[in-house]
Amino acid sequence: MQRLTAESVTLGYDQRVIAENLSVEIPDHSFTVIVGPNACGKSTLLRALSRMLKPARGRVLLDGETIHSLPAKKVARTLGLLPQSSIAPEGITVADLVARGRYPHQGLLRQWSPEDERIVEESMASTGIGALGDRYVDELSGGQRQRVWIAMALAQQTPLLLLDEPTTYLDIQHQIDVLDLCAELHETQGRTLVAVLHDLNHAARYATHLIAMREGEIIAEGAPGEIVTAELVERVFGLRCQVIPDPETGTPLVIPAARKRGARVAGAVPVAGGA
Amino acid sequence: MAVAALVLVCLASIAIGAKGLPLADVWHGLFHYAGSGDDVLVRKVRIPRTVLGLIVGAALGLAGAVMQALTRNPLAEPGLLGVNAGASAAVVSAISFFGVTSLTGYVWFAFAGAAIVSVAVYLLGGSRSANPVRLALAGTAVTAALYGYVNAVQLLDSAALDRLRFWTVGSLASANMETVGKVWPFIALGVLLTLLIARPLNALEMGDDTARSLGAHLTRTRVLAMLAVTLLCGAATAACGPIVFIGLMIPHLVRAITGPDMRWILPYAAVLSPVLLLGADVVGRVVARPSELQVGIVTALLGGPVFIHLVRRKRMSQL
Amino acid sequence: MKATQEETAGTKGTARSVRAVRTAGGYSFRMNVRASLVIVLLAALAAGTAVVLIGSGDFSMTPGEVVTTLFGHGTFQQEFIVTDLRLPRVLVGLLVGAALGVGGAVFQTISRNPLGSPDVLGFGQGATVGALTVIVLFQGGAAAVAGGAVAGGLLTGVAVYVLAWKRGVHGFRLVLVGIGAAAMLTAATQYLITKANLVDATRAVVWMTGSLDGRDWAQVWPLLVVCGVLLPLVFAHGPALRVMEMGDDAAYALGVRVERTRLVLMGSAVLLVAVATAAAGPIAFVSLSAPQLARRLTRSTGPNLVAATFMGAALLLVADWVSMEAFGDRQLPVGVVTGVLGGCYLLWLLVSERRAGRI
Repeated sequence: MQRLTAESVTLGYDQRVIAENLSVEIPDHSFTVIVGPNACGKSTLLRALSRMLKPARGRVLLDGETIHSLPAKKVARTLGLLPQSSIAPEGITVADLVARGRYPHQGLLRQWSPEDERIVEESMASTGIGALGDRYVDELSGGQRQRVWIAMALAQQTPLLLLDEPTTYLDIQHQIDVLDLCAELHETQGRTLVAVLHDLNHAARYATHLIAMREGEIIAEGAPGEIVTAELVERVFGLRCQVIPDPETGTPLVIPAARKRGARVAGAVPVAGGA
Repeated sequence: MAVAALVLVCLASIAIGAKGLPLADVWHGLFHYAGSGDDVLVRKVRIPRTVLGLIVGAALGLAGAVMQALTRNPLAEPGLLGVNAGASAAVVSAISFFGVTSLTGYVWFAFAGAAIVSVAVYLLGGSRSANPVRLALAGTAVTAALYGYVNAVQLLDSAALDRLRFWTVGSLASANMETVGKVWPFIALGVLLTLLIARPLNALEMGDDTARSLGAHLTRTRVLAMLAVTLLCGAATAACGPIVFIGLMIPHLVRAITGPDMRWILPYAAVLSPVLLLGADVVGRVVARPSELQVGIVTALLGGPVFIHLVRRKRMSQL
Repeated sequence: MKATQEETAGTKGTARSVRAVRTAGGYSFRMNVRASLVIVLLAALAAGTAVVLIGSGDFSMTPGEVVTTLFGHGTFQQEFIVTDLRLPRVLVGLLVGAALGVGGAVFQTISRNPLGSPDVLGFGQGATVGALTVIVLFQGGAAAVAGGAVAGGLLTGVAVYVLAWKRGVHGFRLVLVGIGAAAMLTAATQYLITKANLVDATRAVVWMTGSLDGRDWAQVWPLLVVCGVLLPLVFAHGPALRVMEMGDDAAYALGVRVERTRLVLMGSAVLLVAVATAAAGPIAFVSLSAPQLARRLTRSTGPNLVAATFMGAALLLVADWVSMEAFGDRQLPVGVVTGVLGGCYLLWLLVSERRAGRI
């Protein structure tokens, strides 16, 4: 039994059902990435796993207990979430913001222990923002700011960390930057990471466990090397492509089919009516 | 059909009141004036009131449509953003400090107040980062401050209070042909201006860069639009006091009928706004017989729910 | 237990103003040195103004006499004037200011907007309609008017919350629904004023301007009870509110029960504002400006609840003193002064926020 699982959950907003009877297990100590086309329910699934969305039917289990019946602070000490949109209060410094990640460990009579302080410093060091403590969050670049938010989630000291599209709106070098950081956290600290990503190639390169979704259903899951095939990509994204090994890492690399027949690479899967 | 509705509501406005008149009497009063009591009522009371409602309604509806286009903000509305309150505060100052008593005097103060506040609101709303929530908040806060001022002045001057407590509620009740005669040139000018800038406003709605690439004169359009809003709101407020929400509701209603083209929105708004205003006025006369509910109160009570509905229906990104 | 350890909580020895105070029992408290200093100074300002206010009037007393009398060593006449006449008025001012200050801080944080104060969002207007209904339609006495104000404020609070509810209450929807409600309630207020005869209308306008004149112990007790219960409750939710500044999702992820916290805080704030309004009328702009001024003085992020509370109390008393002294014989209600000060402040806020691109 894994620590975080969903048991035949039905998810939706108001009357609109987005996913029905969905079951998923997040392997412990994995870097799990959920991919799929827009509106396939991947963010919805992540919201359900992080208890932001209550399933209409079924349940999400954390360590064998229904997540919605657990005390909020207790969950927040086990499971962290980096939401897509967070607001940095005006005029807040980096160290202050990261320190707010300690909230679930604090109480009225225990507001700032030496441990809090140590963990905040460690989180800032491991995300490479140790020197930025006194800077204002507003002044930072997009990539630095995302690191600050990740540091805040780290300061929460949870064995499980969920990230909702952590690379959106970032430049390509910052995207890689953030993903490298996630991989490092996963490898060195043994945390379980679950991320929703847009870019299939990023997902295939960084994930140890990949979940491919389409229209509220899980089409395939497993190690990227095993499941990412041209056939799967076409089934999930409706995109004709070829899959080659990534020259850097050997992981699957998806090359979309070219529009013109003449531009087709030798040895590619034959494409009919590319336009 | 919109015009038919307008005619119908005009007739209702003439016929319904503390003393109800059958349609035959209305007809008689209109076309066969013989000096009977009912005829006098029709000519001296009901007709001026209806005519004033017509032009003021048109003015407010157009002002709302122009403001929404100008600020690219679906919640922009002269009443909500404090333009009417600006006119009120100016008129209160005129009465209390400058001893102005005539409508002609009011009008200029109302213009000044409306102009100052509409420029301020535009500066707030026209900035790059403005979003509807902030604009609405800024407008409400300005309104609160101005009404606070109005209250304070009234408190110091109880004679002014007696006169003002009726004026600060929008009402058509004291309408007469003289009032109509004084404000119509301003409103006509405002309407003319508005219709002239309909096309550039269309371009403006798509954003500054697009508008410029389409060859619209941004600054000229903006200045003319502000002038039009000031004329329309100032005159309307001077004539019958602040009336809120007409300018908010009508453009949304019209958009649902005509789509987003300002060249259609503006004429429709000019016809349908008086329908709403006169309708509200008639409702105000009926529900509280034998006295009546001021039209400003009726429109606020009608408009509040519409506003809240708009807010609930839309998502943040659409606002 | 004495503090056994005190150190900067900054990183790597950088000078920062937040200090941690830790006690032997494993307890620890965050203290912002500057904020604490500001709070102490504001408290001193409020206390000082209170003493001056008690001392001024037709029967004037020196501050020394006031203090001796407060400690029970005055003459019979001084005792009467202080405890029966002037102390209650000053206490009402302090408590009303504190309630408005903290209520404003809560609403501005929840709505994430410096203009999102209760008097902009319709709660003040709700209380006004309640009070005016009693004045105009029932010619009720002071107690009934206060009851009407509380009922009006609470009803508005519930209505706005329910109308803004749609899978949770979001800050922006709350603000806009509040604005819509404020517009409707303003219309209702105006209707009530036009319905009234001139005597009632004057009374209504006086009430609407907000005043501390003639307040006695009957107004102090309910305020004291409500503040005594709700202020600690609100302060206890301060850390959760700090986290909610970062957005609902982030707060949720950190283990804050967002919806419940918001309900508790809004409920408390509405009740505080309603009771304050019942006691002194809708005093303008204290709840708008006190939290912002407090924030600028403490230069710290977060809702600054305690500082806003003291700021509100000090602000209202100073405004009261100005209203008594500035216009000679013609004493204006304190609401006029806060209105004028608040209006100027609002203007400045709009200009500076616009320059910073936040409005």
